[in-house]
Amino acid sequence: MLHSETGRAGARLRLPQGLSAFGNILKFLWKSPTSAFGLIVLGFLIATALLGPLLAPYDPYAQDLQNTLQAPSTAHWFGTDELGRDILSRLLFGAAITLRIIFLVTIVVGPIGMAVGTIAGYFGGRVDTVLMRITDIFLSFPSLILALAFVAALGPSLNNAIIAIALTAWPPIARLARAETLTFRKADYISAARLQGASSARIIWKSIVPMCLPSVMIRLTLNMATVILTAAGLGFLGLGAQPPMPEWGAMIATGRRYMIDSWWLVTFPGLAILTVSLAFNLLGDGLRDALDPKQMNRR
Amino acid sequence: MRNPRWLSAALNQAATIGVTLLGLLILTFVIGRIMPVDPVRAIVGEEATREVYMNVYQQLGLDKPMWQQFLFYLRDVATLDFGTSLRTGQPVLDDILHVLPATIELATFAIVIGAGIGIPLGVLAAVNKDRWQDHAIRVFSLMGHSMPIFWTGMIGLLVFYAALGWVGGAGRMSQFYIGLVPDRTGFLLIDSALAGEWEVFRSAVNHLILPAALLGYSSSAYITRMTRSFMLDQINQEYVTTARVKGLSERKTIWSHAFGNIKVQLVTIVALAYGALLEGAVLIETVFAWPGFGQYLTSTLRMGDMNALMTCVLLVGVIFIALNLLSDLLYRVFDPRTR
Amino acid sequence: METPILDVQDLRVHYRGAPQPAVQDVSFALGRERLGIVGESGSGKSTVGRALLKLLPTAEITATRMQFGETDLQAATEKQMLDIRGNRMSMILQDPKFSLNPIRRCGEQIAEAYLTHFRCSKREAKERALAMLEAVQIRDPHLVYDRYPHEVSGGMGQRIMIAMMLLAEPRLVIADEPTSALDVTVRLEVLKILDDLVREKGIGLIMISHDLNLVRNFCDRVLIMYAGRVVETLNAAELDRAQHPYTRGLLAAQPRIGGNRQPLPVLDRRPEWSQPMETSA
Repeated sequence: MLHSETGRAGARLRLPQGLSAFGNILKFLWKSPTSAFGLIVLGFLIATALLGPLLAPYDPYAQDLQNTLQAPSTAHWFGTDELGRDILSRLLFGAAITLRIIFLVTIVVGPIGMAVGTIAGYFGGRVDTVLMRITDIFLSFPSLILALAFVAALGPSLNNAIIAIALTAWPPIARLARAETLTFRKADYISAARLQGASSARIIWKSIVPMCLPSVMIRLTLNMATVILTAAGLGFLGLGAQPPMPEWGAMIATGRRYMIDSWWLVTFPGLAILTVSLAFNLLGDGLRDALDPKQMNRR
Repeated sequence: MRNPRWLSAALNQAATIGVTLLGLLILTFVIGRIMPVDPVRAIVGEEATREVYMNVYQQLGLDKPMWQQFLFYLRDVATLDFGTSLRTGQPVLDDILHVLPATIELATFAIVIGAGIGIPLGVLAAVNKDRWQDHAIRVFSLMGHSMPIFWTGMIGLLVFYAALGWVGGAGRMSQFYIGLVPDRTGFLLIDSALAGEWEVFRSAVNHLILPAALLGYSSSAYITRMTRSFMLDQINQEYVTTARVKGLSERKTIWSHAFGNIKVQLVTIVALAYGALLEGAVLIETVFAWPGFGQYLTSTLRMGDMNALMTCVLLVGVIFIALNLLSDLLYRVFDPRTR
Repeated sequence: METPILDVQDLRVHYRGAPQPAVQDVSFALGRERLGIVGESGSGKSTVGRALLKLLPTAEITATRMQFGETDLQAATEKQMLDIRGNRMSMILQDPKFSLNPIRRCGEQIAEAYLTHFRCSKREAKERALAMLEAVQIRDPHLVYDRYPHEVSGGMGQRIMIAMMLLAEPRLVIADEPTSALDVTVRLEVLKILDDLVREKGIGLIMISHDLNLVRNFCDRVLIMYAGRVVETLNAAELDRAQHPYTRGLLAAQPRIGGNRQPLPVLDRRPEWSQPMETSA
């Protein structure tokens, strides 16, 4: 329903309409305590990522060998690690890394998935078969294992981890974009554009991509929890961000050695991962409800 | 008259599987080729002369064009020759067959726990849709879905092993028992039971329970969500009303009528969740020093062991395809409507 | 008149969250007779049937009187209702395609109705079910017993439904549009089977339908419902003497063989129709 309306309104009117729809969705999400929690955590994450350097009480890389493995205290709320670095400061700086992963994965996965999906859906036939077969092959792996293999091939580093995650995260987006494309491929305004002599590339870019955008954005949000967990898993296995970078998964990996005596080394970074991924999951859940027409009517 | 249709469906299915397998092989081949490891160096060592190096280079067929190398790879795979592991010096296939039972044991327990939690919770959530039970179950299962499993594993060890001493620690059994039971099937529970070593059996269960429970909890999220949505579809069907009209209790109506109708779908879901467990297994095996496939895969990665890595990735893909096929078959066998 | 099987006064059903009640001020008494409830879709006729069995968990059901035999339905606990449903009062649903459990054999579903209410062996229940299948004129009961619902025709499915609901010999059967989903050719056959069994066993029948002709032929008395209220109660034989404009409108909208070929009149609804009329039934 949303599609046909925005479709007829044309490209220029779409933006403000989209914005107000976005506002409505936010309002809906705010009403449910669980998705409100998700929103708050997400806002908090963004704020920390931007303001981390100002908020952090210490330099996240500054070693203090006099004060290693200190339990949480008023001086170090979350304690210190094996090199005497302040864990709270490292967590705050780590937020920026998490956000960077999310951002980069999104801007890689969105376009790839969108391109494959819309092209497959628009042209159909053999193009569709080939592209969807490739998508299925990628889908036939658990994402972490495929990401592991890619990182192994590319060499361990944060950027390679991001590339590997992106390479494994596009297939569901492509499937979605294809399904969306199929629903309005035959629509009158597409035929009209074709009759006016618009090229296929132009039709896909100007008419189809904007229509797929909302649902693709939502799907990307839903996937974020998985992305965060995969990135943390790669960091934990030593295949993602490398020490001394304060990436949360890598922090847990180094803290593991001191775990029995110094629980705070692994506990706080783990809680940070859990909180953020839970926030995305709750938000995704709320979004699903928000976009379910039956639920919207109940407002 | 039914035969040709049945046959063409089977052929279609086989063709799809064939294409997917081929794609899988291309993928593993590409991963192997772009790995920053020189396979020749890894075999001949750093000090080998140029002559020896070139010899091995040609033996491995690396001087041939890519497509020919790929054909060699296909031939090797077809004859189940996956090469030798650079790390262990053993044939990769032997290595993997050796570590696989430990993972299957873990994953099977985990899926039993995951389905055991997820299915009843999903039904309960559906029956109490939009009431507090539904919300509580949603948060509980999303929590399981959001946990970094490697971290939960550590916290679990800290709490239940180090602090409370309720469960065994890392490994498949206490150090003390290692080597006591002859390795017949590779499944420690079966082996120890066969040998009548009940002490070992208990120790094995003690060590298995925590990683399996955590893995199960994390996979129960998906099972709960799917069970809930399948049940919601059934609850409003007329035949459920019929069951109530007959005078069946609410419990019987839900479990013996509505639930009966989602069993086949659940089998599919559980099969897929079982495959997804492999992912968690890679991480949890590292935390629990579990000598299984996941640990083998991660050490392979760290060493840049090309042959072993390619085979591991291929195996995971094949397992996934097989599980998909299996759930498809189960659907056909169990649903009277598809017979 | 003998003591009625069912006596309902001022029944009112209000779905939670709905602006107004789906059914209100419905009163009737039922002896060993066949009562038809007629109305258009949304008139609340199906809701009445389900309210009697207390099958509406999301609705509030109130009445000044709701007496079924010795039981006060309004005060009955869920446990008492379990004993009533399928045993003393049962209901035949509209479409066997949806109302039979698709993954259970038809026979098992019938036998289950017996097993729920009587202590007996599975074998005995099966024999009862087979006998009942014979009673609804199924030629090869053993064959049908082992069939799945998707393997039987609609008419057969509805006979299975009837067998299931009459197996425990209830005192009252509610038939909710029992033939609307069936082919026109088998409708009469299925109705006849139902009718014969109901007469033979002295069961009270409430037939819910939108089909005036059908109700006229198979019922003794007819309630006409409109917008959640009973607007008129008539003896089936006196249907032509209906007073209420809605009933008259319905009658006028019936096609007639040999009648003129002008377009049939269409109901011209008025708000005052939802008021009941004084009638002679």
